[in-house]
Amino acid sequence: MIRVGALLLLAIALAACDDMTTQPKKNAYADASVGPGKVPAGTVAFQERPVAPPPVSLALIERGQERFRIYCTPCHSELGDGNGMVVQRGFPAPPSYHIDRLRQAPPGHFYDVITNGHGAMYSFAQRVAPADRWAIIAYIRALQRSQDASAADLTPAEKAALQ
Amino acid sequence: MAAIFRPSANLAAKFFLLGMGGLLAGGVFWWWVYPRTDYARGVGWVIDQPVPFSHEHHVAGLGIDCRFCHTSVEVSANAGMPPTYTCMTCHSQIWTNAALLAPVRDSLAHDAPIAWKVVNDLPNYVYFNHSIHIAKGVGCESCHGSVDRMALTFKAASLTMQFCLNCHRNPGPNLRPRAAIYDTEWRRGPDTPSPDALMKQYGIVNRDLTDCSICHR
Repeated sequence: MIRVGALLLLAIALAACDDMTTQPKKNAYADASVGPGKVPAGTVAFQERPVAPPPVSLALIERGQERFRIYCTPCHSELGDGNGMVVQRGFPAPPSYHIDRLRQAPPGHFYDVITNGHGAMYSFAQRVAPADRWAIIAYIRALQRSQDASAADLTPAEKAALQ
Repeated sequence: MAAIFRPSANLAAKFFLLGMGGLLAGGVFWWWVYPRTDYARGVGWVIDQPVPFSHEHHVAGLGIDCRFCHTSVEVSANAGMPPTYTCMTCHSQIWTNAALLAPVRDSLAHDAPIAWKVVNDLPNYVYFNHSIHIAKGVGCESCHGSVDRMALTFKAASLTMQFCLNCHRNPGPNLRPRAAIYDTEWRRGPDTPSPDALMKQYGIVNRDLTDCSICHR
């Protein structure tokens, strides 16, 4: 009787033995055949809901600078002259930001280009969230200013600081 | 009185003892030493991929930021594998006829994702989250190695529990300033804030980082 009981206990104990490395769990990338989801018609993707342009602040411009350097510099270059590394390797050159047409273009134009692409430029809607698009636009404005300022734009205090 | 064991029993006993010693050594090697070797963990071994993608070319050569492709690394548990659309951002115009890129074009044409193979895999009972490591000052390179020097991508660290715990027990020395997180060439220099200062800056309270439930939940 004791022997049977011991065998039974052993069987139960051994039944718990399992390879703990195989525990099924939801892992988005476990199955490589599952690609990024498609957005059903009539809906908007996560983070795709448009947001109103936030007020311009230093933090916004700095966020824009960081995002610009990630997503835009490969073609537009750090200076915004459209001669980035990928353009140097044969990608069609985008226009420089420092032309009159783009200096006068409304912010919505840049937002539209980031969202929907333009010419050879693909849409960056999947990569740049709406709030970050406005941040990038704020930084583009700062870039444009950086190449288009004269001494007359400085306040007397700023001039004194430079001299 | 007749001997209980014959003389040949001496030899048998020696073989038995040697055999037991051998089994013990073999068991220790097989179950304890071997699984901890870099060989068994696949460190430094390149895995065949559908496209021989070179991080060296794209990161070191062209200066593309990690986040251009791995877009969700700051906000999600997964760093994010780029959809074919991201590849085609440039390759719709550059190297459009390259044979190497045929699988990428096929993927776009047939709307079927490229089946990349996982290089850095963790067991299913580990809940690793990229975003918290980025937010708290751990650089990509600390686990992924100098990806910008990998012509073909391979696993650079063993990713054993020991590897994780080495840092979770004392994170300070492995933290870096926010500007250096994506920099694979960064090294601690004389003007780097001290480990303690970085811990304070990132608000890391070194109290519960080795709790089981931090990684296993």
